[in-house]
Amino acid sequence: MVNRVVVGAHYGLRDWLIQRVSAIVMAAYVFILAVYLMMQPHLDYDVWTGLFSSLAVRTFTLLFLLSLFYHAWIGVRGIVMDYVKPAGARLAIHVLTVLGLLLYTIWSVQILWGM
Amino acid sequence: MNNKRPKHLALYQIKLPISGYVSILHRISGLILFVALPVLLLMLQYSLLSIETYTQLANLLAYPYVKIILLVLLWAFLHHLFAGLRHLAIDFHYVRNLVQARNSSKVVLLTSIALTVLLGAKLW
Repeated sequence: MVNRVVVGAHYGLRDWLIQRVSAIVMAAYVFILAVYLMMQPHLDYDVWTGLFSSLAVRTFTLLFLLSLFYHAWIGVRGIVMDYVKPAGARLAIHVLTVLGLLLYTIWSVQILWGM
Repeated sequence: MNNKRPKHLALYQIKLPISGYVSILHRISGLILFVALPVLLLMLQYSLLSIETYTQLANLLAYPYVKIILLVLLWAFLHHLFAGLRHLAIDFHYVRNLVQARNSSKVVLLTSIALTVLLGAKLW
């Protein structure tokens, strides 16, 4: 008999796959950004904001951050399922994590497009 | 699932294999980075918002204590990155046996520490 728990895992490959796809997006972003920054002889405010004035950079940065937030959710959920056993506490942490990550998403758009 | 028999888990007696250390540090570093997320987003915001907030941030990051926190975050990031890449290598069957599993674990542990020291020295 399959014993399904309300706040349990999703019993599927989907999150496993998203965790890896988001990881590859983040690794690519960090690698490209690191190489670009190391190539700059002089890193100051103008170079930094000049980089983020490009629509492509903002888009890739937002893609990186969205990947990060989804990746973080999968990771935190795994940790909570391993160490927090009471259903109420588990549910509360899950809800707070999801709300926090959704707020970070809104905040990220404000940071990138509100400057 | 409903096993009520007593368990004896003497954590201090349990010796992890080296890949076990990489694994638990992968988890710990991920949690550190998650907790630091709002601070990192705030740093991104301050770095982009205006030259005043950029300078404010630069001055704050010059404090030695703040630099130590940054180094911990840098290590957490690097360890998480390399342990994750090792995971992908395992998924693609590049790591096939115990010797490769142990060697790749050593590479992850040492590269993340070495790069933290290297980048840390540059940062300082």
